[in-house]
Order: sequence, then structure tokens, then C-alpha cells
Amino acid sequence: MSKTYYTEDHEWIRVEGETATVGITNYAQEQLGDLVFVELPEIGRSIAKGEETVVVESVKAASDVYAPVSGEITDVNEALAGDPALVNRAAEGDGWLIRLKLSEPGQLDELMDQAAYQAMVE
Amino acid sequence: MPEGNRVDDTADLKSLPLNALHEAAGAKFGPFAGWSMPLSYPLGVLKEHLHVREQAGLFDISHMQLIDVAGADAAAMLSKACPLEAASQPTGLSKYTFALNDRAGVIDDLIVTRLGENRFMVVANASRAAVDIARLVDFAEGLDCRVEPLERVFLALQGPAAEAVMTDAGFDVADMKFMSGTEPKPGWFMSRSGYTGEDGFEIAMPVDAATAVAQKLAADKRVEWIGLAARDSLRLEAGLCLYGQDLDENTDPASAGLQWAIPKALRQGGGYAGAARLAEIIAEGPAQRRVGLKAEGRQPVRAGAPLTTPDGAPAGRVTSGGFGPSADHPVAMGYVPAALALPGTELIAEVRGKPVAMHVAKLPFVQKRSSKGN
Repeated sequence: MSKTYYTEDHEWIRVEGETATVGITNYAQEQLGDLVFVELPEIGRSIAKGEETVVVESVKAASDVYAPVSGEITDVNEALAGDPALVNRAAEGDGWLIRLKLSEPGQLDELMDQAAYQAMVE
Repeated sequence: MPEGNRVDDTADLKSLPLNALHEAAGAKFGPFAGWSMPLSYPLGVLKEHLHVREQAGLFDISHMQLIDVAGADAAAMLSKACPLEAASQPTGLSKYTFALNDRAGVIDDLIVTRLGENRFMVVANASRAAVDIARLVDFAEGLDCRVEPLERVFLALQGPAAEAVMTDAGFDVADMKFMSGTEPKPGWFMSRSGYTGEDGFEIAMPVDAATAVAQKLAADKRVEWIGLAARDSLRLEAGLCLYGQDLDENTDPASAGLQWAIPKALRQGGGYAGAARLAEIIAEGPAQRRVGLKAEGRQPVRAGAPLTTPDGAPAGRVTSGGFGPSADHPVAMGYVPAALALPGTELIAEVRGKPVAMHVAKLPFVQKRSSKGN
């Protein structure tokens, strides 16, 4: 049983137990355009909510992706090293960025559900 | 995070005359040099870039400033304002040149086309238009020379199919050589030139005639609208300078590797602004040189990144950088000490606090299908 949350900075976070998978939304990838490079953090790093964690780069610009919640990075999407455009093709699926072990699950209550996020971007 | 969500102060921006056409084409807009400019279209920067190299792309470059210079002293004035041999420039020929300060720093880079015995067309960068106009007016003072900034729609059509598209649209361009320019009708200006490394044309026309021309060109199946973002990646792959990044008032043409644009007779001095200092720099050899830079990996290194040698000694900085869709690797250029300008020289760029290995690379990054120019 998983539940997906969204942030105002256009990240999604899918939570299963204590583990969360994080990516950028389809809306975000459309705005960014074709990605040519994704800079991923080191596994094991502890990050605080709001910290710059991933950098996604298009032809024209580099954009920060912020940690939607605090936790420890347990995995990164290695497939993006050779295929950053996977984020464009499947932003909310195979194009995920990082996995986290949540350190403050209560932070999830501050995030949006899908309906609220859709309302925000429309 | 997405670019589109950034709040820019758009209140004071000028809109292009064809703004409605770009909105209808689905453009995303952003500010550049005081203008609200189409940055990209629904095709996206990467595919826009590749389309120009494969077929033809249409750019609205109306932010650039055309300046009509006319009068019996027009050639004499321009030969003082720029390192040009304007008096002997053949009619119909375009020259890439500069406005220089007394330190030989680049106030702007310009294209000057001779249209007749006593007439020239100057094309200036948007960000420097006001400075260029005031400067030319100063140089013309007391001479028989009128300096008139023009309000025009200015379009560029770039790519291997550009000639065929222009011909099919009714423009007589087959006999035009690269870096030549003409007036197809009163109030119009057309040159075979561009800023992408491809063959192509730039065509200026009165605003009331422009919508029909733009629509006709855009309707051609070989043509896509191309935004400013792809214009930047195209010119960077082609090794062409962007004023404000790769050229400014603290860089001179010799350091920038643009000495080819200075006529041989003017390299030892002359009657143009900046001549004495430029001659000194050429005689001494520039201390810094503009070079191409290629990252070892896939990570783009962008403008502003500091450079060091592998030993950690300061070695200049990146002035333009990004990803080259046709080169299929990150591309950059920057200024390095002259001793480090040889292709293959290893350098380290700092990106977000981390080292990225680079080496000096020959420019351009893609084979040009046009000759030298801006």
C-alpha cells in the first residue's frame, strides 16, 4: 500500500512504510524540456527538508530539486546516468530520482495530495 | 523549480511586433536585453536545435537593431568608428566588425553591409543598441552622415534547407554569397548570414509587411519556429561569441580569437577608435585567449565556472557553456592564459563546488556550413 504526495516545487514522493521514492512531476519535466544530465547525491547522505539534493539539467539551464522531506538517501536512479531523458519519458515512474528513509514522517502531512497538486498547476 | 514558474519582472519588457504570432505558436517567453523573447516552442530546445542543423529554423530576431548610415561621409565615419576599410568595401558585401573603446575593449560586435556608394546597414546587438546609436551619432557629428535607427521586424532563416525555402517563398537568393546583403525592396534588408554555423538568411522588413512573410515561411513543411535557447546552443557549438558573455568592454578582438575580422593593414594601427591599443596587444600577443572547452563527462559546465590547472593554479573562466545537441556532449568556451590555450590542455572547472575535468578543444564543435561571421 503506497501513497503519493506532491510539493509546491513540483516534486512527487511515493511512500511505502518508512521508504519514500522521490521524482519530479510530469508538469515539471514539461517545463524543463529535454534533460541532458542529472546530478544525483551520494547514497548514505542525510538530507533536510528543503535542501538542494538533485540537479536536473536541460540544454539551457540547471535546476535544483529540493528534498521534499528529511531523511537518509538509500538509493539513486543509476539508469539516469546514461539516459537522463528517462525523466522526460516517465517522470512519475521509471524516471524517479532518489529513495529516502524518512526521518520525520510527520512532514508528509504538510504536502499536497494529487488532487490539490493538479489544482495548483492548472 | 521549472523555469516557467520563475517570476520575472516583465513590466518593463518590450514585446516583439510579432508577439501574437509567437503566442499562437505556443512559445514560452523570457526576458533578454529588455525584450520579452520566445525562448522555446512546443518542439523543445533539443529538437529545435537539431531541426536547424537538419532542415531549417525560423527565428524572430527583431530585438536586434538595424541602423541605416547614409551620406557622402558614411564610409569615412564608419572607418573611424570601427576597424573597417569601409571606403574600399564592395557594395553588397557584409563585414563582421567591432565598436572598440580606447583600451581596444569590445563595446559591441557588429555586421556592416555596404548597400551603395554612400549607404551602409549596421546590425547591432539588442543589449548594446542604445550605446551603438549614440556612439555612431557622435562619430557622425559635423560630417555629411545621417545615422538612423530603423524599426523593423527582423527574421532569420537558418539551416541547409534555407535557400530552397527562401526561393519557394519568392525571394531571389540563389546568387547571394555568404556574408553579402541587399535591399530587395525599399525599407527591406536581406543578408546571407547567421548565427548558427549553418547557411541561412536574415531578412528585415517594415512591421506591416512582416506577419504575412513570417506566416509564409513558417508554413513551409521544412521550417520550425526556433527560440532563443536553441539559438544560444547553436551559436555555441559553432564557436560564435555572445556579446555580454564571451565579449565585453574588457576583452579585445585579439584575445577573443577574432583577429581575422581586423583588416591586415589595420592590425598595426589606423584611424579607428581603439587602434593604438589593439596594435600593441597584437604585437605583444594577448595575455588571455578565448578557447573551446570540452568536459570529459556528460555534465554541462556553464558560464561563470572558474577554471584551474590540474595543480590548482587559476586558469581563467568559462564564459559560455551548456549542452551541444548536435555535438552530443557538453560544450563550452572561455578565456584562459595564453600558455594554456593549446588544444588538449587539461583544465579543471568548478561546478557547484565540485571539480569537473575539461580540456581545451578546437572551435567550432560542429563542422560549419557557413563561412566566418556572426
